[in-house]
Amino acid sequence: MTDLLYMSWRYVAYHWMKSVILVAAIALIVFIPAGLRVLVHQGEIQLRARAQATPLLLGSRDSPLELALNALYFSADRPETMDFSATSDITASGLADAIPVYVRFRSQGDPIVGTTIDYFPFRGLELAAGRQMATLGECVVGAAVAADRGLAPGDHVISSPATFFDLAGVYPLKMRVAGVLASSDSPDDHAIFVDLKTAWIIEGLGHGHQDLAQAGAGAEILRRDGSNIVGNAAVREYQEITPDNIGSFHFHRDMATLPITAVIAVPPDRKSRTLLLGRYQSDQRRQLLSPIEVVDTLLATVFSVENVVVAALAAVGFATLALVVLVFMLSLRLRRGEIATMSRIGGSRARIASILGMEMAGVLVMALVTAGVLTLATGQLAPEVVRMVLSR
Amino acid sequence: MTPPSQTQQSDAMIRITGLRFRYRGSDFRLHVPDLEIDRGASVAFTGPSGSGKTTLVNLIAGICTPGDGRITVDGVDVHALGDSARRRFRIRNLGLVFQEFELIEYLDVLDNILLPYRIASELKLDPSIRRRAVELADTVAIGDKLRRFVRRLSHGERQRVALCRALLTRPGLVLADEPTGNLDPANKLHVLDLLFDCAREAGATLVVITHDHDLLHRFDRVVDFRQFHDTPEASPA
Repeated sequence: MTDLLYMSWRYVAYHWMKSVILVAAIALIVFIPAGLRVLVHQGEIQLRARAQATPLLLGSRDSPLELALNALYFSADRPETMDFSATSDITASGLADAIPVYVRFRSQGDPIVGTTIDYFPFRGLELAAGRQMATLGECVVGAAVAADRGLAPGDHVISSPATFFDLAGVYPLKMRVAGVLASSDSPDDHAIFVDLKTAWIIEGLGHGHQDLAQAGAGAEILRRDGSNIVGNAAVREYQEITPDNIGSFHFHRDMATLPITAVIAVPPDRKSRTLLLGRYQSDQRRQLLSPIEVVDTLLATVFSVENVVVAALAAVGFATLALVVLVFMLSLRLRRGEIATMSRIGGSRARIASILGMEMAGVLVMALVTAGVLTLATGQLAPEVVRMVLSR
Repeated sequence: MTPPSQTQQSDAMIRITGLRFRYRGSDFRLHVPDLEIDRGASVAFTGPSGSGKTTLVNLIAGICTPGDGRITVDGVDVHALGDSARRRFRIRNLGLVFQEFELIEYLDVLDNILLPYRIASELKLDPSIRRRAVELADTVAIGDKLRRFVRRLSHGERQRVALCRALLTRPGLVLADEPTGNLDPANKLHVLDLLFDCAREAGATLVVITHDHDLLHRFDRVVDFRQFHDTPEASPA
């Protein structure tokens, strides 16, 4: 057996280029459908787990998929906003607890999630370090964000401007990290959580600036109209909320009209859930949906696409296998002289056949091992890949 | 008791009687009425191309099967054996040197010499065999090229590898098909010396096919194949 393996190995090693191509071709035939299956399966697990843990979602009457992906996985595709008053509407109905979510801004690609502290016990999130966000300008970062950036309580993160060229638009806000969440193997690990008011300040809906009523102000004042003071462009706006300037932050609009992207509704029982769903059925502006139903619809599409892709891959795989068989047959033909020599010296038929067979078996085994390793690696990387795809 | 395929041990290493052979679809015919080659002798097979020298070597080795007649090698009726037994007999008792050397390109020098031990389950490759392979290589001055692939060897060096492979199993009979063909005069004599020395040392019978008449005087006996040429009319139907 050792001699057979050795002879086969010598052949494979000598013709390494041919062997590598064969191994790669066969490995890809096996790996692509297997890896795709693993990826889809992992995606299904992640999508369904998150959706099942979210009873109902209220959002603007827009794309249900966009709403679910944004509220659950913090995807960059932003649904239409609705007024914050939608939260109090649900609370006032007495049919469910309401947790508002506003996902619009990012910090170095990580989503900034504006919400209330009710979100954390709802998702079962616990602090690994520091404390909850307590004041304006504070944030709590997910475990992966903290690990990737080396963040700890007391550090700062800065929101990314909405657009580099919008000089009059949203300016970055420097936020202090109050706490770091323990890992939950969910999209929350990759998010930065802030209070809703902080999120609105990032958007410029609330702001803080130097007090023009103070004696020092002069050049920044455009005009005075009784108690009203109108400042000019030289008025200094704060890009960081500190204990010294926190008092100057204010909103010029009724907070009930400020935007949010979704409300997570948590009804206490099935009856409340049914009643609540019925209540929003005829709402022209908003929709209340069950995330698991949206995700199942999405998965049904994914599975049908996957089946088409697998069928196409099967055809390609068959063609590739036919080529591999052809290569083996040509290889046997090229080795006719070697086979004849071994026969003439007195090598047994079984041994000679085994040497040739082992070469093919060796290539197949190497290809299958390669495909197995790649599939396992895909299984390990799949959660991250799925998360990246969903959060885009 | 003597097995049915084995005759009584005698001084003859090869005994051929009433041998007739023809290739299917060819006019070529070989007829060897009677030929005996003594144990330990060195014999040259000579004759024009196509006179059946290589064919007779293949018949002696059991690679080809005769149409008629009998061949015994070291007392064994080679063609009474089945294919598997004939292969076993060949690998144990015969050392073959082919005209084109027939070395395996993906094996290095040492592995080419050791080849018989890797392709036959009845031969066991152990450290003593490896030592012998190295010694043989040293003897023919290729001991420093053991890990070199054969395509990187000169013609003469390849010839020597083929020689070592044939002698590794200590065969009683060495059959060499034009081992000096295509060699320059100096290498020709060197290879032939090696062949004689190694065969003598092992007490092996040596049968060499050669066209080179300048070498014939070195053999104990010369068999001219013109005598074996068979006409179609003379052959039995």
